[in-house]
Amino acid sequence: MTPVADLNPPPLLKVAHLCKFFGRHMGCHDISFEVCPGEVIGVVGESGSGKSTLLNCIAGRIRPSNGSVWFRTPDGMEDLCRCDEARMRRIIRTRTGYVTQHASQGLKMHISAGGNIGEKLMAAGTRHYGKIREAALMWLDKVEIDPGRIDDLPSTFSGGMQQRLQIAANLVTAPEILLMDEPTSGLDVSVQARLIDVLRKLVFSLNLSMILVTHDLAVARLLCHRLYVMKQGEIVESGLSDQILDDPRKPYTQLLVSSVLKP
Amino acid sequence: MTVSYNFAYLDEQSKKMIRRAILKALAIPGFQVPFGGREMPLPYGWGTGGIQLTASVIGPDDQLKVIDQGSDDTVNAISIKHFFQKTAGIAITEDTETATLIQTRHRIPETPLKKGQILVFQVPIPEPLQFIEPKRPQTLKMHGYEEYGSMHVKLYEDIARFGRIATAFDYPVRVHHRYLMSPSPIPKYDNPKLHRSPAVLLFGAGREKRIYAIPPYTDVVSLDFEDYPFELEHWEGACAVCGSTQSFLDEIITDDNGTRVLICSDTEFCRKNAGSSQP
Repeated sequence: MTPVADLNPPPLLKVAHLCKFFGRHMGCHDISFEVCPGEVIGVVGESGSGKSTLLNCIAGRIRPSNGSVWFRTPDGMEDLCRCDEARMRRIIRTRTGYVTQHASQGLKMHISAGGNIGEKLMAAGTRHYGKIREAALMWLDKVEIDPGRIDDLPSTFSGGMQQRLQIAANLVTAPEILLMDEPTSGLDVSVQARLIDVLRKLVFSLNLSMILVTHDLAVARLLCHRLYVMKQGEIVESGLSDQILDDPRKPYTQLLVSSVLKP
Repeated sequence: MTVSYNFAYLDEQSKKMIRRAILKALAIPGFQVPFGGREMPLPYGWGTGGIQLTASVIGPDDQLKVIDQGSDDTVNAISIKHFFQKTAGIAITEDTETATLIQTRHRIPETPLKKGQILVFQVPIPEPLQFIEPKRPQTLKMHGYEEYGSMHVKLYEDIARFGRIATAFDYPVRVHHRYLMSPSPIPKYDNPKLHRSPAVLLFGAGREKRIYAIPPYTDVVSLDFEDYPFELEHWEGACAVCGSTQSFLDEIITDDNGTRVLICSDTEFCRKNAGSSQP
């Protein structure tokens, strides 16, 4: 794995003591970590371990019960859990991207591919059709979708293409961090490989940070600099990806790593 | 046995509640005010919202005009007129100039409106963002935080598919440089008439139970792109009855061979215009 780009600049995102309770049930508990610019963080663990809850808290989709999510803006670090909702929505909308597991949740299926890519641009204030069109074509090309399909509906795309379209639609406004919730699950292996390829290229060329939630350790190893292993809502182990996957220390991580099927 | 109704059918408490909603709507131009919509003796989609507004603002001295698709004599328009004649005993007119209260579906009269007049629109879908975001709590937030950028997606889709903004009716507008508003299914030809209109414009959606309004002399701007500005439709030819080229024309097929003629959609305007051009 390539080394982390630069650890000196202040973190882009800082999660501090984040908790989320659903009634008596605990979603995640006392989660703290930092993400530096250009860094790719993986969150792994079995289903129900609180990975997606954590990501949704960071993305402002659910309100954490406790703790803070600090985000670096030009005005300094801002706590998304404390600032007013309009401000939080603006920061989330302009500075982050969110890729869902099912493209149908992240994309508008009744709107053409170009419209899906253009939506964020228009939301950010672009009012020039030609420029929106140009950006959409460029991004389709970047995520390796035939630009000739710009006016087709996403429902006519294959699963892998939909996922790549979703990534393009998120990156068009140049966010600093991309939050991804199981982006490769449900895709077959060759399609996964292509998606990972595209992601790696984009991450390095754009110096993009990423938080990748996945239960697929192979994907985590290929993409992530650092890994956090979650179990029952808490982080049980963290460290460099290769270190965690090659030399797991906690019994749970050892179990997780050893349970991966090898062909 | 005769059944007697309160003046203009609605009870006074309901009218009061609707008038309060109207005042709030006028105070926040373009904002959709929820109201406790009442059952009216006509089906949803036929103007239950409009008829409640009319019933709440009408007085014994009012002159009521009702139009449907620009026409004074369609079933819907005539039924609503009869309804108010029966329940309020008010005067009915077809003359836009003398009418003090006009209830309309799908058109704004061609004759310019004046100060003191009230135009009541019947609205099927009050939420312009519904196409982009079907979830009501989300659209409320989008209105609240003025997150209207994605409304342009609808126009984008039009240009991508048809090469121009093909939305011809219910063309979204910004009111008073703030709220995004659906102008009800009027043709976009009528959108400029909303801008700084001297009349009070009230919109009522009966099924969705919302009221919104544009007070007189308020800025109303139609959405567009820098490189695809808002444009009005135009017709090759003039009205076959009155010869007007300055009104919204309907295309009517007159026989089985597909012969078409263009005729003014506003029947009252057409009649007057024909009368003045052929003395």
